[in-house]
Amino acid sequence: MKRYRAILLVLFVLFAIAGMSAQDWIRTGTGLGVEKVRLAVPDFKLVTTDTGTQNLSAIFNVTLWNDLQTAGIFDMVSKSFYPLSVPGAPQEVHLNDWSSPPPNASMLAFGNLGIQGASLNVQGWLYDTKNPQSPQVLGKQYREPANDANARLIAHRFADEIILRLGGGIAGVAETKLYFVSKRSGSKEIWQMDYDGADQKQLTHLGSIALSPHVSPDGTRVAYSGVTKEGWQILMYSLELGRAVSFQHFGGDNYSPAWSSDGQNIAFSSSRTGNTEIYSVSSTGGSARRLTESKGPDVSPTWNPKTNAQIAWVGGRSGLPQIYTMASDGTNVVRVTDQGYAVSPSWSPNGQFLAFAWIRHYGPGAPGASDIYVMDVASKQWAQLTHEEGRNDFPSWSPDGRHIVFQSSRTGRVQIYSMLADGSEVRQLTTAGENTQPNWSFK
Amino acid sequence: MKVKEENLKLTRNQWIRIVVALAVVLAISACGKKKVASAPPTSPPPPSPAPTASLTANPNTIQAGQASTLTWKTDYATDVTIDQLGKVDPSGSRAVTPAESTTYHLVAKNDSGTQEATARITVVSSPPPPPQQTSSGTDEQLFSENMKDVFYDYDSYDISAQYQQVLQADTRFLKQHPNMKFTIEGHCDERGSTEYNLALGDNRANAAKQILAQLGISADRVRTISFGKEKPFCTESNESCWQQNRRAHFVYQK
Repeated sequence: MKRYRAILLVLFVLFAIAGMSAQDWIRTGTGLGVEKVRLAVPDFKLVTTDTGTQNLSAIFNVTLWNDLQTAGIFDMVSKSFYPLSVPGAPQEVHLNDWSSPPPNASMLAFGNLGIQGASLNVQGWLYDTKNPQSPQVLGKQYREPANDANARLIAHRFADEIILRLGGGIAGVAETKLYFVSKRSGSKEIWQMDYDGADQKQLTHLGSIALSPHVSPDGTRVAYSGVTKEGWQILMYSLELGRAVSFQHFGGDNYSPAWSSDGQNIAFSSSRTGNTEIYSVSSTGGSARRLTESKGPDVSPTWNPKTNAQIAWVGGRSGLPQIYTMASDGTNVVRVTDQGYAVSPSWSPNGQFLAFAWIRHYGPGAPGASDIYVMDVASKQWAQLTHEEGRNDFPSWSPDGRHIVFQSSRTGRVQIYSMLADGSEVRQLTTAGENTQPNWSFK
Repeated sequence: MKVKEENLKLTRNQWIRIVVALAVVLAISACGKKKVASAPPTSPPPPSPAPTASLTANPNTIQAGQASTLTWKTDYATDVTIDQLGKVDPSGSRAVTPAESTTYHLVAKNDSGTQEATARITVVSSPPPPPQQTSSGTDEQLFSENMKDVFYDYDSYDISAQYQQVLQADTRFLKQHPNMKFTIEGHCDERGSTEYNLALGDNRANAAKQILAQLGISADRVRTISFGKEKPFCTESNESCWQQNRRAHFVYQK
């Protein structure tokens, strides 16, 4: 009789745990409870059929599809359900073919593409299949010099137009950039790539160690930290000039810079007094204001981009690192995480969430690796986005608040990945060498 | 006969009582301190203590042709020899003029054991160099041979009593070489996050610098820098390597 009771108890506990962890897999995203738009995007019709056009059209189609699929707001209708004849212009569209089964699409994006002289010409439309009277939502025309980069660029622009129209007025991120650290050249330097991993290129040539890139809100400069003859300093790379530009040097070691969203101030960590503390300095230089004052390491500040009135950061004052918030003058310190090892906070564009890396259960024999979590700042409710595949760190929000880019060691060597803010649609963006600390541009 | 047998047959209860009583007795005797009374054995005469010995040379650095005085003292020894001199008195002194650097070796013996002592006389062919000069190569070597690093516990920048003593020894060396400048590098093991480890490394380097300052090493001799987990001394994923990396590392500044 006693054994039977014991087994029941064990089973009950197991079910309870399973039930709890199921709640960790939350759904965020736009319009919870609203069904995603069923969007059909056939390959664009070729106007010219030479190999050059075919190459660029392949790049265009793949890029457009990827942009729309990873936007997080569409239910992309599989191409295997499309009618055999594909429209290249409005007069070729049979809306019925698209709105009925098997496609059952509510929106249709289509168009044509060709090379004339040295120009790549693209025409694109977005049609509402349920509105045969006046289906056109969007009609666009593009002309750029014919090359791979512009095939991608036009696709990104067209995708962003569609996302803006159908995504509740929030601009898409297809033209945004990521800044990150790569060791593939032999030493850690700052690199740039498109948000989807294309066009990876080296920016800095410091020759020592460069870490923690953060691009300015206006997209003209990248702040980062690097080892110089005067120890770690906050350094600046001008994207317009294609070279380093000067920035103020401070005593001690200075690192983890973060821009306020109005571009006015940079918060950073400095050991100039011996103990690392968070400081803030005008982005045009000047005297730095000290914001924290406590023992233990203080590092990795991030501004609330909605208000710029708050800063979250990592403090070691109670032992293992925890996330804290304070007003941007250093007052009103609030502890956000209650246990484990919590680092690398990133504040969401709407001011509501902090994404960060957390080893919730810490200590010898305790389960759990470093995973990306999202926490509602006001209620402290959190959701776990990655689930114990390697060590995951340095999340950074996209400007549309729907995506997070992060680093993960899940394949062995650490690489950069992107995902939707609910943890789905994980994509690997880098493969060469070791890549870390991604930062998503403001626009 | 029958009566005897009946009396001898104990009841079950009586058996239990006996067993319990035995058990109690055994338990008590096991718990209590054992007092073993025994007659003192006839013992052999107490052995003499093992010998003690010491040997010094004054001065211990001489120029070729100069003399130095060896002085030695032993207790309880029945037989004392110094390699280079042969059998000597238990205690005494002797002037020696070695032609080259020599380590004098003394052995003191008795029935209980042996004790050895050594003293080294260094012979230099020219006057010893003045303390200030010497090429930086030698200074750098001297520095890395004598300056011992400080090691830390996980996620900590506290300096334990053991490493406070290491810093005291480091201070003695630094005070002997007041012109030496150096950098303290703070390092962390691979397990933490990149930015947090930079900050922790800074706290480690500064903790060591503070102790040195309290011991009298002026701050303008010391620079600090953190390397977080960016420049590890070893790369294995085990505690032994991780401990190697959790350190404040002293680097000579040319």
